[in-house]
Amino acid sequence: MSNAITLSALTAWVREFGALIDTHKDELTQLDSAIGDADHGINMDRGMAAVLAALDGEEFPSNAALFKKIGMTLVSSVGGASGPLYGTFFLRFGAACGDAAEVDPEGFAKAMRAGLDGVVARGKAEAGDKTMYDALAPAVDALDDAIASGSELRAALRAAAGAAESGRDATTPMLARKGRASYLGERSVGHQDPGATSAALLMRAAASALG
Amino acid sequence: MKKLINDPGDVIGEALLGIEAAHPDLAVDHTTKVVYRADAPVSGKVALVSGGGSGHEPLHGGFVGPGMLDAACAGEIFTSPVPDQMLAATKAVDGGVGVLHIVKNYTGDVMNFEMAADLAAAETGVDVASVVIDDDVAVQDSLFTAGRRGVGTTVIAEKLAGAAAEQGRPLSDVADVVKAVNANGRSMGMALTSCTVPAAGQPTFELGDDEMEIGIGIHGEPGRKRVPLAAAREVAAMLVEPILEDLPFNRGDAVIAFVNGMGGTPLIELYLMYNEVARIMNGRGIEIARSLVGPYITSLEMAGCSVTVVKVSDDMLDLWDAPVNTPALRWGV
Repeated sequence: MSNAITLSALTAWVREFGALIDTHKDELTQLDSAIGDADHGINMDRGMAAVLAALDGEEFPSNAALFKKIGMTLVSSVGGASGPLYGTFFLRFGAACGDAAEVDPEGFAKAMRAGLDGVVARGKAEAGDKTMYDALAPAVDALDDAIASGSELRAALRAAAGAAESGRDATTPMLARKGRASYLGERSVGHQDPGATSAALLMRAAASALG
Repeated sequence: MKKLINDPGDVIGEALLGIEAAHPDLAVDHTTKVVYRADAPVSGKVALVSGGGSGHEPLHGGFVGPGMLDAACAGEIFTSPVPDQMLAATKAVDGGVGVLHIVKNYTGDVMNFEMAADLAAAETGVDVASVVIDDDVAVQDSLFTAGRRGVGTTVIAEKLAGAAAEQGRPLSDVADVVKAVNANGRSMGMALTSCTVPAAGQPTFELGDDEMEIGIGIHGEPGRKRVPLAAAREVAAMLVEPILEDLPFNRGDAVIAFVNGMGGTPLIELYLMYNEVARIMNGRGIEIARSLVGPYITSLEMAGCSVTVVKVSDDMLDLWDAPVNTPALRWGV
């Protein structure tokens, strides 16, 4: 597996995601105050800070062990809907990555798909509901397509990050059908979804840390 | 932001220290942020666990005590508690005959309580039942959305379920009491001002001096519509009529009528609103059998109110009248 993604690279991805959340926490909270309850950035930043603290000085024997720790830390520290959703994403991602200490690009794409399926199982969101799914699903599709057509990991992750950002932007005209934004009905139209925005950061972090 | 706090990050932990200091009948686990009745677990009694985001005080911690909740889990401000908290509370209060989770219908609360119930089933032999409260008529109900929010009916449900548990009713019967209250309870709220989440530092939304928000939630999330400020009797009609039409409530129905303060509205205005609410109900021939007026499910310092009407049976009235001894509701003791 010459192009395998190592455990330390996967850790760097999660650290980069934490750094991006920290940089964008005020923006995420502002987006959430428009159509939610003004805490998405605060909650995600608290959760990712707990994750980074849990990773410090810890050695993990496998992908599954690393992402179990990450997922459970998020579930235990974020609260709201984002805790179970991101927590479930990482738990399923890790389980699909398996007990090795590295993963090849095909395995990474499969694990991303498993994580996405976990988000759907927990949140019951569908395309167009104006949620994190609307950024994450096109990213996972783009990753699959790029890797299946023989792209290098770097290009595939860039395509995925770009698809996530397009998906994020496409949430602006959507009418929210899940989460607190759904209470607004028509008034949710015209606002970018905060969950889709943080999900796009997850893919941006993958492109910069793994690509 | 002007608040009586020390540091935005310490608000919940320091408020829990105050609750513990003020109420020797309660015990607080500061690690998990759970408020318990000090004599929990009560052997042979169904235990009631609720919880939710903080910022709605006295809900839920102020409703812990004999005749109401056994434990309340405090989340971050306006953010659901995490499964670890509900799991710890469930284990601690189980008196051997099961634990009921009372959950307000918000995406995060429902997911975190579901994960806690899954963990309780996997790790313990505790029999857990859950009932979700979704009484807010401001939200159009639909299979394709998050559904209606859980608001004021939660207070009535926790009181009646607590009384039913004290009587020794089994878990399924106590759960049925909560389901009956939810099925017969409807609420709607309004805001005169926004509120400020301490960690955010600025108001969640802007509302002009001459505006009000009708159909507001309890987290500063905007409501159904923004309209020009109006007199209390018009506001009462905007809240009560959608409630009465929704169930619907009919002539001759006996109800508990609850005018709730959002946190920043004084009692004198709440009683003035209660008068308007009662006038509309009397005009429709609806019998207000019991009433509750005050700030019981709040949204930080938001000014405004909500109205909750619950159609009640004789059994439900008996449960309402039963003794309760909590920081926020206390009678018959």
